[in-house]
Amino acid sequence: MSASASRIGAVIRKELAEFRRNRLIVATAAVLPALFLIGPTASMLTIKASALSTALDKRVDYALFLPLLVPVLVPTLMSAYSVVGEREQGTLEPVLTTPVSGAELVIGKAAAIFMPAVALGYLIFGVFVAITQLAASSPVAAAVRQAPQLPAALVFIPLLAAWSIWVGLAISTRVSDTRVAQQLSVLGSLPPAALAALMSFQVISPTFGLAAALAGGLLAIDCAACLVVARMFDRERLVTGRQH
Amino acid sequence: MKLRLDREPGSVSQTGAEAAAPRGGTAPAIEVSHLTKNFGGRAAVADVSFTVARGEVFGFLGPNGAGKTTTVRILGTLISATAGSATVAGIPVGPATAAQIRQRISIMPESSGLYLRLTVTENLEYFARLYGLPRREARISEALAAVGLGDRAHDLAGSLSKGLRQRAALARSLLNDPAVMFLDEPTSGLDPVAAHGVLDLIAALRDRGVTVFLTTHRLEEAERLCDRVAIMNTSLRTIGRPDDLRRTLFTRSLDVTTAAPLAEPGRVFGGLAAVQGWQHGEQAGGGPAGYQLSVTNPAQAAPAVTRALVAAGADVLSIAESRHTLEDVYLQLVNDPGGRAQ
Repeated sequence: MSASASRIGAVIRKELAEFRRNRLIVATAAVLPALFLIGPTASMLTIKASALSTALDKRVDYALFLPLLVPVLVPTLMSAYSVVGEREQGTLEPVLTTPVSGAELVIGKAAAIFMPAVALGYLIFGVFVAITQLAASSPVAAAVRQAPQLPAALVFIPLLAAWSIWVGLAISTRVSDTRVAQQLSVLGSLPPAALAALMSFQVISPTFGLAAALAGGLLAIDCAACLVVARMFDRERLVTGRQH
Repeated sequence: MKLRLDREPGSVSQTGAEAAAPRGGTAPAIEVSHLTKNFGGRAAVADVSFTVARGEVFGFLGPNGAGKTTTVRILGTLISATAGSATVAGIPVGPATAAQIRQRISIMPESSGLYLRLTVTENLEYFARLYGLPRREARISEALAAVGLGDRAHDLAGSLSKGLRQRAALARSLLNDPAVMFLDEPTSGLDPVAAHGVLDLIAALRDRGVTVFLTTHRLEEAERLCDRVAIMNTSLRTIGRPDDLRRTLFTRSLDVTTAAPLAEPGRVFGGLAAVQGWQHGEQAGGGPAGYQLSVTNPAQAAPAVTRALVAAGADVLSIAESRHTLEDVYLQLVNDPGGRAQ
């Protein structure tokens, strides 16, 4: 699979410019992260300093789970829309008449969604940690600071986002209806969401070794997904709705 | 309207000298041989063969579902043929050469396909980058100037009228200095003024020597712009210059109108050697005092007919050669289930 960095860059620039111009997309994409920030933060600020450590730990687990859903859910709908949506708008066919390859197009689209999704994920965690450290009681702040999910989140935010993006793109290149693509993509994002839940609630205790193994596995899946989605990109199917 | 877009130095497309060469004087821009495309069990394009010379404006006509867009998509490497072969800009069409062909052609689909939330310049910038063009800003300015959109460069595409969007799409198609331009229904849905503007631009492309492959339903456009036309209805029904097609399909005739219906038209026209046959104007779609005469040479027959009418005491209002439009040719061929291929 050969790809031109300048063409990928062109796709990224175009996608980001479209996001910026579509305030509704930005606004609706911000709602979920805002809720996932406000709820856990309020939970941390309202817990009493005298609370039992088990109760505190459960609150912290819950508080750190919701922000981890941001990189899973936010890019899902955007990636599901990205190809089939262009097709429905009539903007895809002119692009397909240029020398851009399928790989370049999907990598560019994936990168354009990946960057804001990951940035948003880190931002939510950063703001959550900053507020709890500044405003929560000392035991709560310490519990958050020492939670093993925190360093794991740093690694898993981009890996989970990539999973959601590739699932969304794979579906988007194969279906002919945006609504179907978005519904299927939400289902496709459930496995990483479940993984985030298992880690956050310490069903899977994110020890360094396990976290590294899971991260390695996710990275391998993301890389393979990139190749698979690039191969799934079929101009004829996208133009005619039929497989050749 | 002037259309000028400087070609890149060292560009692989036509040079200025080639562009100025007589049409058809060089290797064909498009060669299609026995092209077939099936979708499931249905043939969308069946055994189609034709060539398009460099610098030619080639009209591709046919009813909805005739296979016009499918043919364009095959030649534009968007879809693959079931059988047959083709070359575009001298390059054989196939998976290995698809990107090379796409670099040298442009396709303007029926809808403009502009990103409505981006400005016109941003739309063109995106495509210039996808084509990997050098000196992008200059080329975008030239393309916009060529279609008369220089002053709307920074407007959002969504704020443009449909006619202006088509112009912007045409500017986008000019960016890569294509050797062959495929224009799919470029005036579809445009009002007459906007359509006229787009047709002027296509005429300017023709004058510049660009090979244009034009699919259209508007037969008057094809008649005005195209050097040759092909009429398609899954298979190729005919191909040729509009005048040649008219001559091939229709016998030459004279339309005669007199002030009052002739008492004995058979006696007036039947005795003329230059007239092979005649029918009353009402049968030929004219008025009660109109007649259509079959002749081999209208220029020689008209004076003899005039003399005969005057001798019969008729007041002649007009005598003119019958004019069959391309629409007549089209309807004759498309409605003929057997068709004819040349």
